[in-house]
Amino acid sequence: MTVLKSREAILALAILVLLAVIASRFPAFVTPGNLAGVLTDTSPLILLALGQMAVILTKCIDLSVAANLALCGMVAALLDGMGVPLPLILLAAIGLGACLGAVNGLLVWKLGIPSIVVTLGTMTIYRGAIFLLTGGAWINAHQMSEGFKAFPRAVIAGLPVMAWLAVLIVAGFALLVLRTPLGRAFYAVGGNPHAAVYTGISVGRTQFAAFVLAGALAGLTGYLWVARYAVAYVDIAGGFELDVVAACVIGGIAIAGGAGSVAGAVMGALFLGIIKNALPVVGISPFWQMAISGSAILIAIAFNARGRRDPGRIILKRAEHRT
Amino acid sequence: MSDATTTSVPAASGRNIPDRLISPAARALKSWEMLLLIVAAAIFIANSLASPYFLDPWNLSDATFNFTEKAMIAFAMAMLIVAGDIDLSVGSAIALCSTVMGLAMAAGAGTPVLVLLGLGTGLACGAFNGLLVARFGLPSIVVTIGTMSLFRGISYIVLGDGAFTGYPASFAWFGQGYVFWVITVEMVIFTLAAIVFGVILHLTNFGRMVYAIGNNATAARFSGIRVDRIRFILFLLTGLMSGIAAICLTSRLGSTRPSIATGFELEVVTIVVLGGVSILGGSGSIPGVVIAALVMGLVTFGLGLLNVPGIVMSIIVGALLIGVIALPRLWSMLRRG
Repeated sequence: MTVLKSREAILALAILVLLAVIASRFPAFVTPGNLAGVLTDTSPLILLALGQMAVILTKCIDLSVAANLALCGMVAALLDGMGVPLPLILLAAIGLGACLGAVNGLLVWKLGIPSIVVTLGTMTIYRGAIFLLTGGAWINAHQMSEGFKAFPRAVIAGLPVMAWLAVLIVAGFALLVLRTPLGRAFYAVGGNPHAAVYTGISVGRTQFAAFVLAGALAGLTGYLWVARYAVAYVDIAGGFELDVVAACVIGGIAIAGGAGSVAGAVMGALFLGIIKNALPVVGISPFWQMAISGSAILIAIAFNARGRRDPGRIILKRAEHRT
Repeated sequence: MSDATTTSVPAASGRNIPDRLISPAARALKSWEMLLLIVAAAIFIANSLASPYFLDPWNLSDATFNFTEKAMIAFAMAMLIVAGDIDLSVGSAIALCSTVMGLAMAAGAGTPVLVLLGLGTGLACGAFNGLLVARFGLPSIVVTIGTMSLFRGISYIVLGDGAFTGYPASFAWFGQGYVFWVITVEMVIFTLAAIVFGVILHLTNFGRMVYAIGNNATAARFSGIRVDRIRFILFLLTGLMSGIAAICLTSRLGSTRPSIATGFELEVVTIVVLGGVSILGGSGSIPGVVIAALVMGLVTFGLGLLNVPGIVMSIIVGALLIGVIALPRLWSMLRRG
């Protein structure tokens, strides 16, 4: 537990150092107004990282979240075009996202197909479904109603609704993970599936719940994304699933399941978000973004694995000691 | 409750012990490869009935480009997945190889240098993945998700939204040349790769070790197999095949963009899984992968003749990937009641 805590402390320190380095040359970057903007920009990544965290905790991975986001966002925009009121659109986006997540979850739970195969497949299917829905057409700002676009941008106490939603959901998610049986089940299933079964936790059902949760969050984010950027088309958030996994890995969520914290996931997302926002300020081409997040993933997993000895050798040593 | 744990592993065999094994001939008839072969034949016949242009030899020859480059990587990927690892960075490795070749071409390098650089970059990508996975013991899924971003990211840094064009005419031979009549160079490379990988996996000690590692890496280590070294070699082979595929693809397209070969990893994994290789490792065969490549090629070519857009094809590929794994499991669930 102390290792976990120190890992988050190190990450927090890394973020502060990063901010300090940027601030030393571009003081305008760390003004409260700009930082609020960074938080708002990073909200989608934070929300998806939370869902992904639940999935990874249970030893699974969800590569379909970005496609899920894009599909739900497109459906939200289409519903808006039909004149459906905003609260219903929100419910529909979250509901659809949860259903898409449930499809992943059912395939993993009932058929026992590895999650990486399921979500590689559903990733292309969900994105293809957007094309089937629209024939490849775009929905642009002028085709969306004012209320639809205004909601995530409405400012309350200095922060847009989008950022407030992220903050609230982070708080709610932390409660869920730390204070509810389901949250504990995520850790139990990932930490030791066989022990979890003996304590009366259904592994498959818990994984299913994690996928539904990740899907619902992706659905909500889909609406927020489309409304904020005021455009919806087949390829929105393309490749975003890699950023989401990167945020989790950087945040110290163990890919083998069972370990990681909400604070870690949020800070992992913020770390990537700050880099993304700082690149144009510092004057580095945005084309560097992809390589930087790739390197960040590799450094983070290497760092997280540091101090953990090669499992094969450990087994041999134990065997030697026993004889 | 115990169902929850057994779903992740194949159903335990040996619960009922048969009096005699089914004969080898019957077993071959009931095998996954035979089922695939029947599917391939059915698609072939359906295509030739659906379109009068299908049976033209030149058309069929063109159709092989749908799968040859992906299938080359699929052979190496099959061995990697049999050994219990996976490499999601193959598409990005192609982009990086192609970018390096483009840089060399812009600096005035000739075809032999371009080919060597393509192969070398592929090997370097494989070595990098292999080092992280086998030497430092990091999980292959995350490592290759990371390198997937890193390799293509380097291409984006080099190229931005630009492109390399103007490869030398002799370089075009790999992707556009013919060896004999309608037999393309890529088809020859594909066939050679199939034979080489088939021999390695099924007829050599190395191949047996790959299966041993996939079934139980710890037991393999105890029986004296250098598990880490073999996993490293498998990543190296996958990188090398990505390099060869990059040479063919770049030569065929005649240009390099950073978005080249996007989504290849999905199709390569689909071919491997469709070919009957267990995604959990430990079982599968190269002939299965060959037939699966043919099935994929026939399906995409047939759909192309019917004017189905690319993104709809990718839905079908995705559904195929899930379907081929889900259907046998559904079937056995229904039979058990």
